Amino acid sequence: MDLIKELVNENLIVLNLKATSNLDAIEQLATVLYDNKYVKESYINAIKEREKVFCTGLPTEEVGVAIPHTDVEHVIKPAIAVALLAKPVKFEMMGMPENKVDVEIMFMLAIKEPHAQIELLETLMGILENKRLLNMIKYAKSSKDISNILLNR
Amino acid sequence: MKKILVACGTGIATSTMVVNKLRNKLTQRGKISNVNISQCTVAELKSKADNFDLIVVTTKVSFTVKTPMILGIPLLTGVGEDKVLDEIISVLGL
Repeated sequence: MDLIKELVNENLIVLNLKATSNLDAIEQLATVLYDNKYVKESYINAIKEREKVFCTGLPTEEVGVAIPHTDVEHVIKPAIAVALLAKPVKFEMMGMPENKVDVEIMFMLAIKEPHAQIELLETLMGILENKRLLNMIKYAKSSKDISNILLNR
Repeated sequence: MKKILVACGTGIATSTMVVNKLRNKLTQRGKISNVNISQCTVAELKSKADNFDLIVVTTKVSFTVKTPMILGIPLLTGVGEDKVLDEIISVLGL
């Protein structure tokens, strides 16, 4: 099983990401994963296309969140990338695309094998359902702070 | 034994998270021993649906099936989660 500490990397955590749209935000963070050699170049387009078909906006109680991801074939090494958006960006709501979510935190998943990365998914679940942790991430001042939250949850 | 099928677009991320959440919550409510939970992609759903008592999806599907289907987003966001669980338990007659 892949331990979460192998999947979290400060280089994959971006604060103050300026994006003009959901697809722009996705492209920027996907490019970070590609530049750090976690995913193939095809991931960037694939994840944008997938967002159009299976949108990932989630209106948790406190903060709008998105969890874009795409098929395993585009992933080289599993990881989670995080972006705090400088200004909220509208994503379509998962399961109900006619609704829009003002997203402030994007958790981008590069999953190779869901059962090997189960700890990552459980950690993410734990964060999504925890208002306090989501706020800690939203107001974090550094990539290291966010990395610590993910690793020590 | 009641059988639940959880489906999402790629059959990896949100379905895995929902399966996990369902297992935890049904265990908390003492219902887990009566339930079997599987996961699949939305593409596989149509062919598998008849073998299950309930389907939980994280995306809208364009086709209809006879098996009851519930949208499981509240299980991801936590908002309205207990209501969805009540519904799941009720539909399965647990």
